[in-house]
Amino acid sequence: MTGADVPVWTACLVVVLALTGAGFSLVGAIGLVRLRTFYERVHAPTLGATLGMALIVAASILFFSVAEGRLVLRDLLIGVFLTVTTPVTLILLGRAATYRDRAEGNPDAPPDP
Amino acid sequence: MSRLLPHPLLSLALAAMWGLLNAPVTPATALLAGLVGWLVPFVMRLLRPGAVRVRAPGVILRLAGTVLVDVVRSNIDVARVILGLNAGTRRTGFVSIPLDLRNPTGLAVLSIIVTGTPGTLWVQYDSGTGRLLLHVLDLTDGDAWVRRIKDRYERPLMEIFS
Repeated sequence: MTGADVPVWTACLVVVLALTGAGFSLVGAIGLVRLRTFYERVHAPTLGATLGMALIVAASILFFSVAEGRLVLRDLLIGVFLTVTTPVTLILLGRAATYRDRAEGNPDAPPDP
Repeated sequence: MSRLLPHPLLSLALAAMWGLLNAPVTPATALLAGLVGWLVPFVMRLLRPGAVRVRAPGVILRLAGTVLVDVVRSNIDVARVILGLNAGTRRTGFVSIPLDLRNPTGLAVLSIIVTGTPGTLWVQYDSGTGRLLLHVLDLTDGDAWVRRIKDRYERPLMEIFS
């Protein structure tokens, strides 16, 4: 996997896709620092788990498909499993924070649904 | 579906996964993919999941397209919020949405959609009243969010899992 055997246009496209995806993930990480409350902050990392992930997976599929000379869709599974499992973590975190805020009687606790 | 093939959709997904992991598919891996897809769902029977019936393939495709567009758009919106590119003040808050969707699989897919679009967080679902509490990062109009969730996602999901 040296990358020496892929044409220039592929390399450029892979770099653009991977860097854009990494950029979205970076903005998500910055959001973790910049946003103030828990409920705001938990939105930020989803950038890396959705569009950031999708672009990096696309870059990987493109690179290996061209390098191996056939359509390599193995990496799609990363996207599928990441998408299906992220809600479990986020809902668990959200419920824990909600429980804590209501138990402590915080003024910014979520209202009843 | 039947005794011999308890979860056909799961069988298909497992066989496809095995094929993707072992691509390019040779006769040997194809046979193994078929075996995995056929046998593993029998283990699922111990968990006793409810039967999942999926209808309206056209609606599934349309919903997938809607979600894809919304994911890209909300990613850009949230990135703008984080980087402070939006002028004016931003309000953030909770929205309560009365859901008519009761199918557990449909609700699971809705939670994936809500989580997959940055800017909305699934906080709590009350199965007694059927009300869903969302946290929205950029809340300009609460009623618009209720309509957006109900029209764009809930209605197609009710058609698919009716």
